[in-house]
Amino acid sequence: MRLAFTIRRYHPELDAAPHDETYRLDITRGMTVLDALIRIKNEQDGRLTFRYSCRSAICGSCAMTINGAEKLACRTSVRKEWERHGGINIEPLRHLPVLKDLAVDMRSFWGKVRAIEPWVRADHLPPTGPLSLPAGSAQFHNVDACIMCGACVAACTVHEVDQGFLGPAALAKAYRFVADPREDSTARTARLGALQGPTGMWDCTRCNFCVEVCPKDVKPMEAIIRLRRAAIQAGMTDTGGARHVVGFRDLIARFGRLNEALMPLKVVGPSLRRLLHVLPLGIRMLLKGKVPNPLHPPIEGVQHVRALLERARR
Amino acid sequence: MSLKYALYPGCAAKGATPELYQSTKAIIGRLGIEVIELTASSCCGAGVVAEADPEGALALSARTFAQAERLGLDVMTICGTCQGVMSTANRQLKGDPALLQRVNRLLEPEDLTYHGNVQVKHLLWIVVREVGLAKLKDEVQVTLGDLKIAPFYGCYILRPSWDLGFDDPENPTSLEKVIRAVGAEPVDYGGKIKCCGFPIILEKEDIALAMNGANLKEAKDGGADAMVTPCPLCHMSLDIYQERASRKVETNLNLPVLHLPQMLGLAMGVKAKDLGVERHLVPVDEIVKRIDARRDDPR
Repeated sequence: MRLAFTIRRYHPELDAAPHDETYRLDITRGMTVLDALIRIKNEQDGRLTFRYSCRSAICGSCAMTINGAEKLACRTSVRKEWERHGGINIEPLRHLPVLKDLAVDMRSFWGKVRAIEPWVRADHLPPTGPLSLPAGSAQFHNVDACIMCGACVAACTVHEVDQGFLGPAALAKAYRFVADPREDSTARTARLGALQGPTGMWDCTRCNFCVEVCPKDVKPMEAIIRLRRAAIQAGMTDTGGARHVVGFRDLIARFGRLNEALMPLKVVGPSLRRLLHVLPLGIRMLLKGKVPNPLHPPIEGVQHVRALLERARR
Repeated sequence: MSLKYALYPGCAAKGATPELYQSTKAIIGRLGIEVIELTASSCCGAGVVAEADPEGALALSARTFAQAERLGLDVMTICGTCQGVMSTANRQLKGDPALLQRVNRLLEPEDLTYHGNVQVKHLLWIVVREVGLAKLKDEVQVTLGDLKIAPFYGCYILRPSWDLGFDDPENPTSLEKVIRAVGAEPVDYGGKIKCCGFPIILEKEDIALAMNGANLKEAKDGGADAMVTPCPLCHMSLDIYQERASRKVETNLNLPVLHLPQMLGLAMGVKAKDLGVERHLVPVDEIVKRIDARRDDPR
């Protein structure tokens, strides 16, 4: 079967803007998108630029946007893409600067991984000798399977609008060290503390894109949620994000359902400035009958909901 | 044939988006859907309770499932977020007997047990797969022929796809099918599967507005007259915060956002006020007027 491959091309020194080019190729049984790119480069256009190395979903080099979603070219079947989308459209990873064609500049990605200090900080451990993990003690929840391909960052909907966001890969990596039993507790607290501000753990909307696209089932968003839980458990509750979680849980325990009249007050916390910011919308909602009665009676059986949340916490 | 479900209203439809509850009740009978409302059901946790307390959050869903199971009914949700949270919870509970047992122990004092025999289905899925588009088309009295409607799925009804198991997360089609069935034209745009920003809108408004503003603008630039969403939390972000999003993306967006059952209701000839559209912050009048003008036209 002969298929058309539409590939986003861009040579920054020669092209005013990125453009698409279409190549036709006879596909073979079991062909991956990477196989196809290599054939196109060898047989039709030697200038086509893309990164690859291991061809086995280990090195993380060949992540790109294939039919609108972030995938490793080496483990994406041409036939399945064709059946699913009716075409093959290949673009570079999104929201990262394009160096040439499908190769993007990964410096911001690596910079963020470095920024979380991806090493165990343990002053109490001897400077030499074995440092292996105590058997059965580490719970990394597969975060250590990350191959740093950048798919999650390219897919991240917060990174799309705020490229300062540390992003799913670096935050998941931070969780890997928070979960490491060898790290000193003061270092762990400092690590969590450093992620409380803007661009840190509370910027994630939980959109699940990183979980969906990760080729290694790392589930970065779940690692971010674990970071948040660790921060709350460590007493770091003075952020809008933490107030949201703790306040939400309190309202469910009190009423059984969320009370949207009270929720904003929980998140705003003790700040007149923040209160004045949410108030105008609250008034407009009130006039439209969108603010539930804050004194609304709780749901039937709320005492059971409250009790089960209490017991689950113990 | 009657389709019967345990209706799980969720918080928003009983709180800040009462028009979702109202419009759901106004249309389901006509589609042959019968419901018993789970009046003693709690919040699903919305993924927020789980951030503090994962097993407590699972127990909230298990409690709802046990209530539906006792009625011998599957759960019908009308909120994309509830659907996502409860689909994930259900998969976890069904797939891990030890976890199910631990969670059931939390439900014991209320004399509730979940046995794992309930399915959770969003109204959108029920309309597409169980009611069927043919039946929906039969109920359409005013085709929304000259309207271009932008679908906005929201995150949790699509991802993680292995928990939801309905639409293709890269290329969903259920909302488009429903939009076509009511005679309107779906707008295709990249933002339809992206995030509305709602989960962080109270604490990180700038980021959330950039997200929902970009999606609204993309839909508008694609020619949309209105947007439709199966998630009331998306609705709050897209409707209540739209004026602020307009300022953020420096565009007068003014794009009415409909809840799924409101769109169905308008096409089924239900009066706009019985669908609660007057509660929206972005006026829907223009759309309603255009639909009313078609009322006398033959289909």
